[in-house]
Amino acid sequence: MRRLEYDYLTPIILASLLALLALAVSFAAPTMQRVVTEALIYVVVVVGLYVFSGNSGVMSFGHVAFMMIAAYLSALLTLPVQKKHVLLSLTPALEHLQVSTAFSAIIACAAVGLIALLVGWPLMRLRGVVPSMATFALLIIAHVVAQNWKAVTGGRQALVGLPLDTGLWSALGCSLLAIGVAGWYQQTKQGTLLRCSRENEVAAESIGVDIARERLTAFAISASICGLGGVLFAHFLGTLNPNTFYLDTTFLTLAMLVVGGFRSLSGAVSGVLILKAVSELFRRLEEGVTLWGTDFSARAGMQEVALALIMLAILIFRPEGLLGGAEIGIAIKRRLRPRSPAGAGLQ
Amino acid sequence: MNLLQTAIDAMNLGAIYALAALGVGLIFSVMRLINFAHGELIAAVGFTVYALDGQSVWIRVGCGLLAGVALALIMERAAFRPLRGANPATLLVTSFAVSYLLQHLIVLIFGARPIGVSLMPELSDSIALGDLRLPKLEIATIAATLTLLGALVLFFRRLPLGIQMRAASEDFTMARLVGIKANKVIATAFALSGALAAFLGFYEVAQSGTISYRMGVDLVLVAFVAAVVGGMGSLSGAALGGLLVGVTSVALQTFLPAPWRPYRDAFLFGLFIVFLIGRPQGLIARKAHRERV
Repeated sequence: MRRLEYDYLTPIILASLLALLALAVSFAAPTMQRVVTEALIYVVVVVGLYVFSGNSGVMSFGHVAFMMIAAYLSALLTLPVQKKHVLLSLTPALEHLQVSTAFSAIIACAAVGLIALLVGWPLMRLRGVVPSMATFALLIIAHVVAQNWKAVTGGRQALVGLPLDTGLWSALGCSLLAIGVAGWYQQTKQGTLLRCSRENEVAAESIGVDIARERLTAFAISASICGLGGVLFAHFLGTLNPNTFYLDTTFLTLAMLVVGGFRSLSGAVSGVLILKAVSELFRRLEEGVTLWGTDFSARAGMQEVALALIMLAILIFRPEGLLGGAEIGIAIKRRLRPRSPAGAGLQ
Repeated sequence: MNLLQTAIDAMNLGAIYALAALGVGLIFSVMRLINFAHGELIAAVGFTVYALDGQSVWIRVGCGLLAGVALALIMERAAFRPLRGANPATLLVTSFAVSYLLQHLIVLIFGARPIGVSLMPELSDSIALGDLRLPKLEIATIAATLTLLGALVLFFRRLPLGIQMRAASEDFTMARLVGIKANKVIATAFALSGALAAFLGFYEVAQSGTISYRMGVDLVLVAFVAAVVGGMGSLSGAALGGLLVGVTSVALQTFLPAPWRPYRDAFLFGLFIVFLIGRPQGLIARKAHRERV
């Protein structure tokens, strides 16, 4: 039997592609740069989601809640003191606490990872669709709390004036970090065992895989990465309200994961790029374009309808996603290497 | 007296949740699909009623019912039939996509703002019985729910199609092997769930007087909770779960201290998670849905 082959190539290729994209766009107009920055933030979130859902096969609807918690935490830590005084009613110690955005991101990610460990511990033992439903409940709870805890989150009113520290390069750095962590995790023994349990729960359990433990590890790591995405978003938009991270974001990130194929890292990243391109196209159409002397403008809602149709088409005609669970790195290696008769195709 | 009032409110909400949970549970029982788009069936009925403003009540109600059933059938044929037998997570994501699609189709046609609609305004006043205030709408809802439940029980016990559906929900493969037509059973389940959604749509319009593209979402989220609490795939469980969630919700509203009251839904969903941890199979567990090796 061959040793398990390590696939370093996939994360390296994906990272280089994103770096090239960022480099190319850094010469373009600022609006285009913002589009790519946003896409890179989505890469962080969707790769985070992939670490759990992709490796375990369990769909999560709750990761957007982790984004939200991290975003609010970071807002609390970075908002200027006067702003906090006006918008929120915190204890004086909290009100005067102010750290750099980078440091707040680290704290927020750690905190969110810890929260995921705590809530995941009982949930990850559940099987079937039950954990998905439970993560849905987490999302709703987080939303209700954010809407009503006026003293800390500002309630339904938006928090404004967050330092705008997310730029093209910081978004790129974070997305490379996320891809690195995801690529590393799926090469570890834990990641491999978790993917075994995705393919067949019963068989994995029979060879001694502790499914609950492996799922919990992935859940915490992925929550942290999504938290990082949330922090990036908050400092990209500069404002934050409970609806920023709710059902629409959940749908969009899930769509990105599923379109590319949720069973591979390459699928997660490509899904983000494809859907971001499509939604950007329709956003421009909604603003109105002139083609061959005629004015076209799509109506509001068209962008979402198109996204949903694309996602449905892919689910129906290619339920495994566009890449069908393939990893770029492995596919390239297979092409390059002459087939050996023993163990060909065994990865 | 106040307690009696609360009990009637709880019954009313429980009845609505039971119908919503039944709509979701019916479909889960035959094809293991958690249909997120059930909420958009409700919205479609609401918008049909709105579009027919000025017609007689019966035409509006009849067309609303037709719209609910037709949309449910279209949904089944276009999106869910090709995916039959896919794993529940894929189906769940698909229904999420269908829901998102329909919501934004509504936005495309009618815009995103809530619209005021009046349907059967005579139901909005209440009958006073001593200290007791009985809104006519609540009485009508409870009565209609009981009638619908009775009709469903008759359907499932007496009619051949109902019995076939019960068989299919026990064991779909086995049911097909003895000659039950899968397409017919699943289409019936969708049609019934569309009809139940239509009733909920009428209730929402009569109760709130407004419609919006998101009008069904909250109700469906609670319906999921109710259906899971009852035991996914068990129809009596879904009804029971709905009642239980409605009663719990009203109890939380009544007995939570005032500063905590805005967090009612957080408590409700928190209790749901606790329930899932303790009894993931639901109140009425079904042996047939346990994975066999």
